[in-house]
Amino acid sequence: MAENVKDQILGFLESRFPDVEIPETEDIFQLGFVNSLFAMELVMFIEKTFGVTIPNDELRLDNFRTVKSMAELVDRRTALAETAEV
Amino acid sequence: MDRAIGVVGAGVMGVGVAQNLAQTGHEVVLVDTSEAILAEARATIRNNCRMSRLTGGPELDPDAVLARITTAVGASAVAKVDIVVENVTENWDVKRGVYQELDAACGPDTVFVVNTSAIPITQVASITKRPANVIGVHFMNPVPAKPAVEMIPGVHTSEQTIERTRAMLSAMGKRAIPVKDACGFVSNRVLMLTVNEAAYLVHEGVADAAGVDDVFRSCFGHPMGPLETADLIGVDTILYSVEVLYDQYSDSKYRPCPLLREMTAAGLHGRKTGRGFYDYGGSNRAVV
Repeated sequence: MAENVKDQILGFLESRFPDVEIPETEDIFQLGFVNSLFAMELVMFIEKTFGVTIPNDELRLDNFRTVKSMAELVDRRTALAETAEV
Repeated sequence: MDRAIGVVGAGVMGVGVAQNLAQTGHEVVLVDTSEAILAEARATIRNNCRMSRLTGGPELDPDAVLARITTAVGASAVAKVDIVVENVTENWDVKRGVYQELDAACGPDTVFVVNTSAIPITQVASITKRPANVIGVHFMNPVPAKPAVEMIPGVHTSEQTIERTRAMLSAMGKRAIPVKDACGFVSNRVLMLTVNEAAYLVHEGVADAAGVDDVFRSCFGHPMGPLETADLIGVDTILYSVEVLYDQYSDSKYRPCPLLREMTAAGLHGRKTGRGFYDYGGSNRAVV
């Protein structure tokens, strides 16, 4: 998994929540300071930053709970896009 | 419901009402003043449908929802609908102009649902030739996610209008809480003063926006603080609502915080413009 994907996601979270330490496997929705509206912001951020489109069946809260799960989602979508281009 | 429902105004509220109606099986005619606004509205509805499950809503097929929404410029497009839900900006001059057009365009039986957070329903009814068919409904944002609304009959609103409106709301999955026609109703008499006072706290440097909201979330258990709520509603809409309360009651306790004026003039309207009390651009967390 590309570390820079994780770093960029973490960077986004840290820019929004500078006072909070966020381990990559921590469920951000369990931390209590983000709500489902923030999930929409995460989708927009990921699609814009990594140039991927997240299909409807991947738009599940579980894919956005942790930095790790978001990075895995980006990897899946990027891999699919590259396969499609070959 | 035999005929389509008209939705006038394709801003944050109009888009939410149109989506909610369409996803519950209604045919919708969505009207605004330009094709560009309507194209943007369709894009927003598509995106909100995609995100529906993520925000706790039902799974929605964006194409199926959009297929029930016809968009058009000008009031004449809603000439044949049963019910018009009007969602234009909370500014009396704008609303007055829109109701004059709608009253001329629509048949005498068409019900006008005024979606407002502050403007008195009887005042709106007075500029139409159908005061018995005018009723207020204060929808909450985001419309598809909220289970209840304030429903406000005016002085002349008929029982039939109340029942037709209740039936539409019920079909949208909404429970109507009836309240009397007093400016701001229940919700905004309290909420707008709270947001306005929270803005004064930031304006005076007592706390920053994050600090104010933290107190409401962490100490009171509110899911969102007042300034996050302001960014969701729209800072400009907050200002207009506070101004309406100030005008209606002639009471200085509703004087708008200068910071709200400054932010409105600067285009810092909240989530819809990418920045308000918080920055939604993702680059940093610049807070007022």
